[in-house]
Amino acid sequence: MHSEPLNDRNVSEQSAYYYVDIEEYPTTGWDKFKQVVKRTFRGELFVGLWVVMREMIKFDIHTVQYPKEKLPIGPRYRAVHKLLRLWESGYERCIGCGLCEKICISDCIRMDTKIDENSRKEVTEYSINLGRCIFCGYCAEVCPELAIVHGQRYENGSEQRAHFVIKDDMLTPLDFLTSGQQAEYPGFGSITPNESVTKTPLAY
Amino acid sequence: MDMAFIIETIVKIVVILLVFSALAGLGTYFERKVLAFMQRRLGPMHVGPFGLLQVAADGIKLFTKEDIIPQNVVKPIFKIAPVITAATAFMAAAAIPFWPQFTVFGYTVHPIVADVNIGILYVLGMMAIGLYGPLLGGMASANKFSLISAARSAAVFISYEVVSGLSLLAPLMMVGSLSLIDINNYQAGGIGNWIVWSQPVAFILFWIAAFAETGRTPFHLIANDHEIIDGFGTEYSGMRWGLFFIGEYANMFFISFVIAIIFLGGFGDGSIAGAFQLLLKVSFFFFFFLWTRAAWPDVRPDQLMWLCWKVLMPIAVINVVITGFVMMF
Ligand code: SF4
Ligand code: SF4
Repeated sequence: MHSEPLNDRNVSEQSAYYYVDIEEYPTTGWDKFKQVVKRTFRGELFVGLWVVMREMIKFDIHTVQYPKEKLPIGPRYRAVHKLLRLWESGYERCIGCGLCEKICISDCIRMDTKIDENSRKEVTEYSINLGRCIFCGYCAEVCPELAIVHGQRYENGSEQRAHFVIKDDMLTPLDFLTSGQQAEYPGFGSITPNESVTKTPLAY
Repeated sequence: MDMAFIIETIVKIVVILLVFSALAGLGTYFERKVLAFMQRRLGPMHVGPFGLLQVAADGIKLFTKEDIIPQNVVKPIFKIAPVITAATAFMAAAAIPFWPQFTVFGYTVHPIVADVNIGILYVLGMMAIGLYGPLLGGMASANKFSLISAARSAAVFISYEVVSGLSLLAPLMMVGSLSLIDINNYQAGGIGNWIVWSQPVAFILFWIAAFAETGRTPFHLIANDHEIIDGFGTEYSGMRWGLFFIGEYANMFFISFVIAIIFLGGFGDGSIAGAFQLLLKVSFFFFFFLWTRAAWPDVRPDQLMWLCWKVLMPIAVINVVITGFVMMF
């Protein structure tokens, strides 16, 4: 449907808006009595009874028995973050630029970097305080290397807040990578595996 | 009074207490399941097969939970109120025949605790005393929602008592006895003799009043969760709240028995088939309580009072007058 008729909020011939037809509320006792009699004998109560009975007989149950059954969720669902690795080398994609730390509106990303022996920047610590994270997705959006992304893991349980969530948790394990289990987003903004994300050479 | 009679009575009392306490628990299970199926849900599924042990889990929870008495309540009244509800519900059961008399090992058992000649009057009176549970509990709670609920319960109970009493008058005039056994025997001839055929108006009126009596939807306004939290039960916890609950569900079963016995022929001629028919009728009325809860909206307190005083009571009076004229001529 076109949105133009809806943009005109005035009730008129052209617009899609109209007044709902509401009967006058009865004021005198006799009118109220007539209303009750009408409602009583029109059988609406029995229509209600029939509707719920029909649903019970059809037994068309929609319950998902959650811990045993789970609904599929979309590939771009914004749950607990993942740190990805480069496909060809297995090296961490994160270059320690700090953009995610800067943009995070809840101020919940903390990272520590150092220059390693190849004078590359190495990320030593990377943690997200999930107790504060609002899962806005800004960190994933701003990351120039597609290093931090959101995953599909939405069930968290732990004894300590400190467990939410440290680098070892988020980083793709190496054996996962070699067996090809590191998932990428399909669709807009995604990478072509093995091609577009490669380690930047040191000497330009 | 001989020893055998006393022992027999005590055994009957214990059996009724145990059976109907258990039924009250099972009633909550059926209520959840039926409501769930009608709303395309599954209801309790996790404790035991098909969630059957949910009743046990709830029982353990109710029994072991801390019994909190809030600071500003009127303590003795607050403590006694749930007991009133549960106790009067079970006391009302004393005059209800649950089953035709039968013989075990040459000993004839009457499955009624006391066949008093004012049976139905006693049952209705006892159920009416049950109103003091919500009323006192709500007034003693020092909570405005409980207070509203107490005020509502007083208004509602006065309204429906008039209707239930007057609507029963017409069938009682025909039978000429207040004993539920006499009423049952009056209809022993089979389906054609059921009082519902000669007194359909009284049947409908009493049925409506039964909804107000047990406080079920559409007259569930004393403890209406979406308006006044849990009404009189707001400040209660643990087993005291559980007593309110047991009282309410036991009441539903007892009033179903009363309707089935007075209007639908009860256990008929006293054969085993008749007895099972009685159970079927009672199950239907109990199911109907759950059914309406899934289908119908609640009315406002003023609407309920308007309905009881201005519509149902005149109809009941007219019904009594017409019955009187028909019996005279
Ligand atoms: S999703 Fe938003 S709040 Fe959470 S870490 Fe990323 S930027 Fe911060
Ligand atoms: S924005 Fe991306 S590359 Fe930069 S520090 Fe964050 S995760 Fe690493």
